[in-house]
Amino acid sequence: MLRIPCPHCGERDYTEFRYAGDASKVRPKHGTDDVKTWHDFVFLFDNPKGPHREYWQHVLGCRQWLVLERNTATNEVMGAVLARTREAS
Amino acid sequence: MSRAPSRLPAGGRIDRNQPVTFTLEGRQYSGYAGDTLASALLANGISLVARSFKYHRPRGFIAAGVEEPNGLFTLGTGGRTTPNVPGTTIELHAGLVAARQNGFPSIEFDLMAVNQWFAPVLGAGFYYKTFMGPRRGSWMFYEPFIRRAAGLGAGTYERDPDRYETAHAYTDVLVVGAGPAGLAAARAAGLAGARVLLVEQDFLAGGSLLSAPVDSGEAEWCAQVVAELARMPNVQVRLRTTAFGLYDGNTVGLVERRDALRPDPERGEAREVLTTARAGSIVLATGAYERPLVFGDNDRPGIVLAGAAETYANRYGVLLGRQAVVLTNNDRAWTSALALAAQGSAVTVVEQRQTVDASLLASAEAAKVAVMLGGRAKYALGGKHVEGVVVAAGSREVRLHCDLLCMSGGFAPVVHLSSHTGIKPLYRADIDAFVPGGHAATHASAGAANGTLDGWAAIIEGHDAGVRAVGGDAAAAVSSPALPAGPVHRYALQPVPVPELPPRGKAFIDFQGDVGLKDVHVAHQEGYVSVEHLKRYTTLGMGTDQGKTSNINAIGVMANLRSLSVPATGTTTFRPPFSPLTVGALAGRAVGHHFRPIRRSPLHDWHVANGATLIEAGPWLRAWFYSWAGSTAASAYIEEMKLVRCGVGIADVSSLGKIDVQGPDAAEFLNRVYVNGFAKLPVGKARYGVMLNDDATVLDDGTTARFGETRYFMTTTTAQAAEVMSHLEFLLQTAWPELNVAVTSLTDQWAGMSVAGPKAREALALALPGIDLADGTLPHMGVREVEFEGVPLRILRLSFSGELAYELYVPADYGIALWEHVLKAAEPLGIRPYGLEALASLRIEKGHAAGLELDHRTTLDDLGLGKMASREKAFVGRELRLRPELQAPERWSLVGIECLEDGARLRGGAILFAAGEPVKGHGRGYITSVTWSIELGKYIALGLYDGGLRHEGEEIVCAFPLKGEQVRARIVSPIFIDAKGERLHV
Ligand SMILES: [Zn+2]
Repeated sequence: MLRIPCPHCGERDYTEFRYAGDASKVRPKHGTDDVKTWHDFVFLFDNPKGPHREYWQHVLGCRQWLVLERNTATNEVMGAVLARTREAS
Repeated sequence: MSRAPSRLPAGGRIDRNQPVTFTLEGRQYSGYAGDTLASALLANGISLVARSFKYHRPRGFIAAGVEEPNGLFTLGTGGRTTPNVPGTTIELHAGLVAARQNGFPSIEFDLMAVNQWFAPVLGAGFYYKTFMGPRRGSWMFYEPFIRRAAGLGAGTYERDPDRYETAHAYTDVLVVGAGPAGLAAARAAGLAGARVLLVEQDFLAGGSLLSAPVDSGEAEWCAQVVAELARMPNVQVRLRTTAFGLYDGNTVGLVERRDALRPDPERGEAREVLTTARAGSIVLATGAYERPLVFGDNDRPGIVLAGAAETYANRYGVLLGRQAVVLTNNDRAWTSALALAAQGSAVTVVEQRQTVDASLLASAEAAKVAVMLGGRAKYALGGKHVEGVVVAAGSREVRLHCDLLCMSGGFAPVVHLSSHTGIKPLYRADIDAFVPGGHAATHASAGAANGTLDGWAAIIEGHDAGVRAVGGDAAAAVSSPALPAGPVHRYALQPVPVPELPPRGKAFIDFQGDVGLKDVHVAHQEGYVSVEHLKRYTTLGMGTDQGKTSNINAIGVMANLRSLSVPATGTTTFRPPFSPLTVGALAGRAVGHHFRPIRRSPLHDWHVANGATLIEAGPWLRAWFYSWAGSTAASAYIEEMKLVRCGVGIADVSSLGKIDVQGPDAAEFLNRVYVNGFAKLPVGKARYGVMLNDDATVLDDGTTARFGETRYFMTTTTAQAAEVMSHLEFLLQTAWPELNVAVTSLTDQWAGMSVAGPKAREALALALPGIDLADGTLPHMGVREVEFEGVPLRILRLSFSGELAYELYVPADYGIALWEHVLKAAEPLGIRPYGLEALASLRIEKGHAAGLELDHRTTLDDLGLGKMASREKAFVGRELRLRPELQAPERWSLVGIECLEDGARLRGGAILFAAGEPVKGHGRGYITSVTWSIELGKYIALGLYDGGLRHEGEEIVCAFPLKGEQVRARIVSPIFIDAKGERLHV
């Protein structure tokens, strides 16, 4: 059972969360009208072994979207921050 | 002299004042509290407890614990039947009903034992070659026979009347195993002040200490530490609890088996409890299994692990034989030999080593135990019970008579849990065994599980592990426990040489899988070089015991055949569960209607009380149709459709997703998420909108109403409500944190109902006097927020059916009141409720795409909604929508389909073909939604078709191969009624 440290709610079972993929990429600015840019953002992903940042939403808790750092090889969780604060910084 | 095992007159950890009656195959037997089923059967002289898996050879217990491969039983009757439970793990209790398995017609007289004569046929790879080969179809034919001949116990199809629970536990330190190391670890961590959870699969704490005589120093030490733990409020000891898996995040799966406590489901008592435990740190003190020896006919009843014979004697007061031979390669088994001698057996130790420590010889001599050094077993004698063993010592061959043959090839640490994390076990040559290959920072192994088999080192190691699990100065200051009084057990061994094929008999490696030494040779000859392949080819280690007693011997043989070292050969991968779990434990209370949560509308009780037949729609339980309209859905929905098309009906739409969108940037936000413009939507109006995923497939559709400058009320489809909510939150929190908008789900807060039909306005005029609903005040897509009798009421003039219609929303608790009020007030107009089937059928006539068409594969253009996409603004999915593949003319897109054959019907899922072309393959599309059209008097459908409406007017064939049907139909516009929408603007 992966345990996710929610900055609001504390450490919780991953079953309270939904996973939404790679958080290491930067979403194109709204209105970017280049198909290739969007294509690469939506469809091209690395499949790294080791530390990886990914989106998780605490759907059965505070509903906040988190950026979680997880080692894909060992499932070790290094930490999580609110996506909102990360995007702002 | 009887060669049956028997109960000793005194001793053991059984309560002779508490006899326990149990039933085996209809016959009553008696044992004592503290017995296992195995010890009680042995005490009753029953040593033949199973027929083997493939060859139906007679088998007895070889172990006294969870590793037992042979003695599996089916427990209980009827719905309570549980097959394949090792008798060595079953705590004897009154009312226990058990049956031996795999004997036909009985264990004693087994017709299938003729399989022994066909043994060459049933060798390694028999299943593979015979049934999984090129003529695989033969498996179908043979399967029932094979299952009967080779199967384990059978389960039941009856419903299990018992109750199973799930629970959660949190602890600082979890200790698995209450043997010497585990007890010491729990004690240390407990004294250091940590919250400690100690779990033990046995019904007594003590592990290997329980096999020592009750008056020994070990027994005294055990009792003292157990009492010490009981006095610590921060330490919890759970017996009968198996840690079956070690998972990510320091989570351990525990299952408590409470059969012996005779739980009463009527009183809410659980038979099994599955606990998900999360621990700060974990100490694995899971012990070790004794390793069997491989020689000819080593599976005869009466041949047991040496430690098991000791356990039966000292713990259960059952002497397995009067004349025992102990085959060993290590010091520890000498203790077992002495234990048997102490209980009156005539014992001979056949020791593989040429020299042993002088103290062993001295103690043997003192106990009148005969010793043969440098001897190894070649084959056993006897049929249904062992009668002797032929031993080779140098060039001599000696025949020893016995009624109990004990074997010990050393000890194999239980490394299952530490391996569950993905860390491969490591081979240690000095003990000829695999030990944990490493640990995560917060895990540790201690004692025999860690390969620490010498003397009291396990206790010291357990103590240290407990101290480290807590950490800090307080823990370091905890004093070590005093060590047990009495002799120290040294552990020294000489690895067993690789077994050779015996001159006589079959030499078994995996008793449960009936896999012999010869089978491993065959697998090797046929090129199965990896341990994992060997396992699958021979079925070695694939039984319910997962090769607990066989793995290490198999690896040794395989290594030798390949001329590799044992570590280079490697071991198999251990996976949870450590021992078999029942489906009941896994399911817990999530059975029947508890399988998943049911969502009910706030109007649910009214529907139930007023003749609604309910239907599950995703998690929702919705009103399907009402009894006023008919007794079956097929007839009722047509009456309900007529009601809406000709008069007025009312439907519960509370399950629609409802989202409150507020904030200064709400208009901008909606404008970004919908494909069509929302920036200019005036207050008091609603607009239909479609949202796309980033990849431009359609996410959802629905209407959003603007009730104030910065305040919107969004509705979504029932199916996508949660998805849309998450999507909006994702965009606001990750993509556009600069937008000042809050979204809140109101789905459960508001009840929703649709009043639809040409008489809808009249109906509401009766129900809501004083509220102006005139077309001029509240036109199509107009919305109003009013108060009705002090209750907030939202009126949205929107239509799903194509008729004049209003959606009414009130706070959920007022749902039934408003619903009943409308029904009563508009009674003169003939208003009635209509259900989900009619609701869905009305929208098909109107050509509204819904859940079945919005399958996350269709695009805006596929649904014929391309014109909605704004050219003036950006929206989610805009760019990728323009990919050439998504704009290609041959995409499957939305069409209407009308049936051309009287008496025939269209079916959802039917495959579409052009008229005249062969009906073969995947076709040109399929039907998504079907209904009988009351307006057209025929079956109509929506579907996706290659090229869509470019084929309007063409004839097609709707094939439904499951029923062998082919029906002629025509592609038409999906809007079957009122194409101009005149009915909406009255
Ligand atoms: Zn949270």
